[in-house]
Amino acid sequence: MAADDRSEGAGQGLLDRPEPTEPAALLATGLGKRYGSVVALDGVGLSVRPGELVGLVGANGAGKSTLVKIACGLVRPTSGTATIYGHPAGSREARQKLGYLAELFRFPGWCTASEVLALHQRLAGSPGGTSERAELLELVDLSDVANRRVEGMSKGMQQRLGIAQALVGEPKLLLLDEPTSALDPAGRRAIRGLLLQLRERGIAVLLNSHLLGEVERVCDRVVILARGRVAADGRPNELTHAGGVEIQTGDGVRRFPQASREDVPRIVGELVARGVDIYEVTVVRSTLEDAYLEAVDRS
Amino acid sequence: MTATLIIARHVLQESVRRRVFVVVLVLTLAFLGLFTLATVEAFKAQTPFGGGGTFSPHAITAVTLFGLGVFSALFLATVLAVFLTLGAVRGDAERGLLQPLVVRPLGRREFLLGRFVGAGAVCIGYIVILYAVVVLIVHQAGGRWPDHVFGPGLALAGAITILVALSLLGSVFMSATANGIAMFMLYGAGLVAGLLASIGAALGVHSVQTIAHDIAIALPFEGLYQAALHALGSNQTGLTQVLVNLGPFGSSHPNSVAFDVWAAFYLAVVALLATVGFERRDL
Repeated sequence: MAADDRSEGAGQGLLDRPEPTEPAALLATGLGKRYGSVVALDGVGLSVRPGELVGLVGANGAGKSTLVKIACGLVRPTSGTATIYGHPAGSREARQKLGYLAELFRFPGWCTASEVLALHQRLAGSPGGTSERAELLELVDLSDVANRRVEGMSKGMQQRLGIAQALVGEPKLLLLDEPTSALDPAGRRAIRGLLLQLRERGIAVLLNSHLLGEVERVCDRVVILARGRVAADGRPNELTHAGGVEIQTGDGVRRFPQASREDVPRIVGELVARGVDIYEVTVVRSTLEDAYLEAVDRS
Repeated sequence: MTATLIIARHVLQESVRRRVFVVVLVLTLAFLGLFTLATVEAFKAQTPFGGGGTFSPHAITAVTLFGLGVFSALFLATVLAVFLTLGAVRGDAERGLLQPLVVRPLGRREFLLGRFVGAGAVCIGYIVILYAVVVLIVHQAGGRWPDHVFGPGLALAGAITILVALSLLGSVFMSATANGIAMFMLYGAGLVAGLLASIGAALGVHSVQTIAHDIAIALPFEGLYQAALHALGSNQTGLTQVLVNLGPFGSSHPNSVAFDVWAAFYLAVVALLATVGFERRDL
């Protein structure tokens, strides 16, 4: 059943937990950014709680990357504020708490995977040393190529190294801009598993992705940006809605658009009583993609 | 280790790994081979001249060869400086190399300082060693030392430091290609100013000298280079001095404390502009 396929942990209770007392991992208030006459962000308000995994989706040019870049201090907002665990975005204190994977990034081709991590350990002041590097490379399945130069790695391997780099120094907030764009299905699945592990460890994650299915599967909450504004914000199952019941019979597929899950036994009973052969029953639920398109159309 | 030193070390490591030093060493050895050959032949070809007095062909040859060595050292070091720094900020940001580094707790100021220290150390070391080797070659071939041995070396170190800083400043605002072109044009403008000054002095044209002086003020690396050339033969007098100054490596621009202070102030202003520009730049 499509909607119930979000079995990897989405929405599993984080929003049901009591409100945390520590400051938000990321809090954006009235955030605006203009590039000349182009408005990239127009009064965006957003929060990510400690340990929360939030998906950020939107069309190209919706302002997703700008928002992430403001959060990590690469871009200065035109208006509004952003804080990381209470510290102004871009400040040294804020940067000490975050890990960042840019959408378009590159590591020096002459560095080995291990050297890239060692450089970032030194810059982050991480005392993890060799054991942290080994653990991170293991986490992204790059242990075998620890001493291979970046220029000899595939795009997918570099992407995984980027994720390991973002995790150097045990950040409390992870800002990931399209982290799976260069990965194959197996790599994406591994990263999804990694994101869930991070959430278990209390690390807040803001995941910026075009892959709605991926966001729907792992995120506690989804924020949809459209034209620089928040068009929708909620748990995946709040943003989607019921779409009826479909039953595959010997005569073909029969649709019951107004029916819900509770109606299934009755409908099936009636059909069987009439001698109809039943092969499959599907409770239809709109997808995040539907919710996304609706939100974008509304805005 | 501070963030500045981490970045400086990274720059040095990159130079080693990318075999920058190997290429530079090979080409420098080729240059030194040719320079040695030219120096030996120049002293051999010198004909005795019975003029006596203040005219010494041997001194003219030696000072001119020292000048050629200083010119070459600055040129080669400038190439090195520009290629080490031309894409340090905007170029690296466009390639996605910079962002993962500057989101770390180090400040942008420290990052820029690290790039400056790394590239500066390479270029200063290079130019000082090359100058010393050139001086030794001329001494071995002709038995002469420059009139001032250490002054020109220090002036060259100052000149290349300013060029590194200017290239880093350019990298904040311009793409790597545009910055590289701009830097070589600035360097060329400095050379033209030096030639103008020599021509102005030889012909006694005050306006040309003024223009050259103004350019040397605006581009202090050129003033320091001229000061280095001047110090090589500053004790020469009479006809020897006139002929040296008329040559391609003559200079009528002696060093002064005031100019050194100006060069240091200029360097500070360039560093400030680069830092402020980088701090304000969206990446």
